[in-house]
Amino acid sequence: MNGASRPFRFFTRLTLTVATGQKAATPVQLLDGLKYQPDSVIYHHTHRFLWQHQHLVPEPPNDFAHWVTHVLQEERLGEKLAAVDTVRFSSLGDLRRSLAGAVEDHLKESARSRAAAEGKEFHFLRAVKFSVPTPHSARTLDEFADGLKKVSISSLYLHVFEARLRNPGGENDFSLWLDQLGLKGLAEAVAALDPYTQTLEGLRRDILRFIAEVK
Amino acid sequence: MSRLEDYRSIVGGDTLEELRVLGRSLAGRTVLNVNSTAVGGGVAEILSWMVPQLNELGVETRWDVIQGGEDFYQVTKMIHNALHGAPVDIPPESFRLYEDTLDQNMGRLALDADIVFVHDPQPAGLVKCRWKKKNRWLWRCHIDLSHPQPAVWRFLKPAVEQFDACVISAPAFAQALAIPQILAAPSIDPFSEKNRELAEPEVRSILDRLGVPADKPLVTQISRFDRLKDPVGVIEAFRKVKPFVKARLLLAGGSADDDPEGAQVLAEVRELAKGDPDILVLNLPPTSHLEINAIQRASAVILQKSLREGFGLTVTEALWKGKPVIASAVGGIPLQITHEHSGALVHTVDGAAWWLKRLLNEPGYAKKLGEAGREHVRQNFLLTRHLRDYLLAFHFLYNPDADIIRLG
Repeated sequence: MNGASRPFRFFTRLTLTVATGQKAATPVQLLDGLKYQPDSVIYHHTHRFLWQHQHLVPEPPNDFAHWVTHVLQEERLGEKLAAVDTVRFSSLGDLRRSLAGAVEDHLKESARSRAAAEGKEFHFLRAVKFSVPTPHSARTLDEFADGLKKVSISSLYLHVFEARLRNPGGENDFSLWLDQLGLKGLAEAVAALDPYTQTLEGLRRDILRFIAEVK
Repeated sequence: MSRLEDYRSIVGGDTLEELRVLGRSLAGRTVLNVNSTAVGGGVAEILSWMVPQLNELGVETRWDVIQGGEDFYQVTKMIHNALHGAPVDIPPESFRLYEDTLDQNMGRLALDADIVFVHDPQPAGLVKCRWKKKNRWLWRCHIDLSHPQPAVWRFLKPAVEQFDACVISAPAFAQALAIPQILAAPSIDPFSEKNRELAEPEVRSILDRLGVPADKPLVTQISRFDRLKDPVGVIEAFRKVKPFVKARLLLAGGSADDDPEGAQVLAEVRELAKGDPDILVLNLPPTSHLEINAIQRASAVILQKSLREGFGLTVTEALWKGKPVIASAVGGIPLQITHEHSGALVHTVDGAAWWLKRLLNEPGYAKKLGEAGREHVRQNFLLTRHLRDYLLAFHFLYNPDADIIRLG
């Protein structure tokens, strides 16, 4: 097995949350936000749990579902929004349309809907993302395994979850690089892992185990 | 003061590495913090660890304090209360005194650092001199701004909007402002007296000294004797489950000597608990950090049944000790507890009672909630995360419109 032509450079993803100052008290106002708030807002409210609660399995649903269920107590709509599986979407545009569609369907079916009490409104927040280099990079599988052991879970989050929104085929960064390294089987095994049914630490352990098996 | 390296065992080397990269990317920039007091209060406490740690990360950081007479601080206290929503009537001459005092400070302070980081409303008016300088200004507001008194907010808002950005503690504090409002939650220091690890014998000896027996699982609420913390509701919830469980309730809080209403609430709570050996009420002095630490560590379940709350750092402290927490879904508590995952969020006495019975009867489940809660705090509410948010905020000041900022 030869080294890769391009080294794998581990980066990490950090985020800063910025309030837009805009809020919704009803499903109609929520729909408005889902349609017109920038992608960075949709990203924050659908991906926040993955980095803030990554140790929980199953991870809680998106913020929209949580607010509709627990504040508006519109359980049918809450369930529909929770069922929009964030991580299966390879673009924020598609994810946004699916969430907005669920609210639109609800508004067609339901003549009246509830409003949140004062102080319980949904606050639209945006994520400012930072790509931060780590000192770890790899040209060989051994170096890759070594880097994988050392990087933060924010780095795993970036290369596994967020890569799906960035890479045209929805692949994760690790599988793309392993494929370039000529390790097609390992790349496929990593791609087949379901990152949403286990913690990021669990995911790290599984990938390291696959690497140990091919070595 | 702990050095950053001391946190490695808790947050991991990767977190320290991230902080160092963020610090290195700011090398050459200078930061000046300005607040109104060098000692006492939460802001001075934060600055006393933040300034040395930013310097340790290579960001040249200073801290200056504004000066003002007693009359100035009376005005700023009124402004503070009014921003919290209190119906305070501030006469125009008081606003003039505020501005005059800050004008004098402008001549005294060297406000020429690359980033001027102003904490709370007292020094906020300094910002009007920024236009003579070519630096960035950031305002940190620790106050719950969700219901500011309109007249005072009308006075302060034009100053706030001259900053490049502000930092607030919770989404509900956001206002309609022309500048970005960055969110940064408070944090706890895992090495402080209130949070450091304690060995079991040390915990036991402190509880013996406080007169808290160890014969039954302990259910605790730590908070001031304040109606908004609902100590009466806590007793009612405990009494609902007492026939079905073996437990003792402990209500422990700060001294209420200087607060007439607090003393009254304490008296009511004592009256309610009178004659019941399973309800203990402890009025602790304000320096009882170690005692609170020991009580939290000795508890089987911790309650925070507040009717209103700021961020709720007592919840953060309880979660950090790996304890199952039942808390009201108010203020910043839902940011800390995800219901049924890392604790229980309740709205009523009945809800608190139901969860108390469940957690006392299902210690395995209670343990799982406690472990998830501790991990959530480790990742989101320790001092290192707070430091990281401020470093990111400094970077953001130079790229306020970007969705992605690439460093290194």
